[in-house]
Amino acid sequence: MQTSTCRLRPLAAIGDRLGRVARFAWSGWVGLAGLSVLAAIWQVGHETYGDFILPSPLATLEATIAILGDPEAWDILAETAARAVVGFGLSTLIGTGLGVAAGYSAASMRLARPLLTVVIGVPPIAWIVLAMIWFGSGDGTVVTTVLVASTPLIFVGAAEGILTRDRGLDAMARAFGAGPVKRLMTLGLRHVAAHLLPALVVSLGVAFKVAVMAELLANIGGIGSELAQARANLDIATALAWVLIAVGGLIAVEYGLVHPVRAELERWRTAAQPWGIKR
Amino acid sequence: MMALALQRIGHAYFGRTVLDAVDLCVGTGEVVALVGPSGSGKSTLVHIAAGIIDPVRGKVQRSYRRHGMVFQDPHLLPWATARGNIAYPLRMTRMGRRDRQDRVARAAALTALEEDHLDKYPVELSGGMRQRTAIARALVVEPDFLYFDEPFTALDVALKRRMQDLVIDAAAAAHFAAIFVTHDLMEAARVAHRIAVLDVNGRGVAGSRPLPGDPGTRSDRAVFDLVQGFLTDDPLFRHINDIDERTAA
Repeated sequence: MQTSTCRLRPLAAIGDRLGRVARFAWSGWVGLAGLSVLAAIWQVGHETYGDFILPSPLATLEATIAILGDPEAWDILAETAARAVVGFGLSTLIGTGLGVAAGYSAASMRLARPLLTVVIGVPPIAWIVLAMIWFGSGDGTVVTTVLVASTPLIFVGAAEGILTRDRGLDAMARAFGAGPVKRLMTLGLRHVAAHLLPALVVSLGVAFKVAVMAELLANIGGIGSELAQARANLDIATALAWVLIAVGGLIAVEYGLVHPVRAELERWRTAAQPWGIKR
Repeated sequence: MMALALQRIGHAYFGRTVLDAVDLCVGTGEVVALVGPSGSGKSTLVHIAAGIIDPVRGKVQRSYRRHGMVFQDPHLLPWATARGNIAYPLRMTRMGRRDRQDRVARAAALTALEEDHLDKYPVELSGGMRQRTAIARALVVEPDFLYFDEPFTALDVALKRRMQDLVIDAAAAAHFAAIFVTHDLMEAARVAHRIAVLDVNGRGVAGSRPLPGDPGTRSDRAVFDLVQGFLTDDPLFRHINDIDERTAA
């Protein structure tokens, strides 16, 4: 009996995973319903204020499809996405590293708190101006602004994760001979992940928004520059279409990458929920 | 043959002395129940013995190969299944996957955990099952010494008894030595070869009493008489049930 269950376990695991993917996809209907409500309100606004102030959702969708039909648009989208993702990746590395260190050392956490308040308090727009002076008109400006805007969030998430770790688990690991590195790898980081993932989701959104803003203000290509041009031409439909594309890119990254990782890490939480409210 | 020798152990938390000059020896295959009033530093002493905290003074001499530990709170990883939790101590060793699985299966069998329990997360298990998992985790390293830090205090009476039987049987089968911290004399009289009583203020071991026969061979009547005898006639146990929760830290 022992061997048969062993042989069946991989199959069962695959079935389990497929089930979770299907459940996740099915939950997409709820998201779609929410978006439909937004579109309906949008339509009301369009019918009240007319085409010039607010083009209809359908017209915007058509403009979006027209833009996406042009291969050049994909290059523009890729440019913005690359800047946002590089900035996001760097701030994840830096924020997580510093946050974990600060979580373990109470003294550096105290030192870091006022610094964080200062960094969070300075508006991103001020950073854009500084970054433009320092780096000129190029990728560096956008990446720096994204880095400054999203690192504090990730830092706080990582530090909170370490600070709120279960000391009892640490004691247990020590009793079984786990050294500091082993404890960090098997307990610390695992606990940090639970706090870090929500922070990552938020800062990924921040990264895209700030990247577009920096591009618009510094006029250095990407979606931001296209928005600036649409504004200059008073082409509201195109402007909205670019917004839609930026949001679409963000949604693709979030649901294609962040949520599946999270679902995999948080399986035990789903197991804790009573039957019937698993989504 | 000594399995563990604690010499002149002293410890303090933020300047407040909780243990001072404690000497305690445990022989190979001997189960010692460590009792004492609340706040006498029993837990601190086993934590020191198990290497979780370093003592301020004194020396710990371990002559056994490997130890395992069971805590009052099961301390299971919430994100791992029972199987993953039992296998956790094996991650500190360089053991192959197949060997690990075999060890987990053996430890689970010793604690009567069934296959479908092993794939559940701790949140899906009852309190007794969680403690069973924690015991299996302690046994998976095939220890010759076990530390029990008030493991069954939070369990109800019937469950407590079953868990004690589990420990008695496992100790008989694997011949491990153990320190079993408890404040329940009945429990101490059931599971141990010897009862050591910690001084009220943690200033050394006040004394110890060997128990007749092996654990598991004593009848309920005998256990009850033993405990009554200790409480009424033996001055060593005079302060055992003293507790002042206002001064207890």
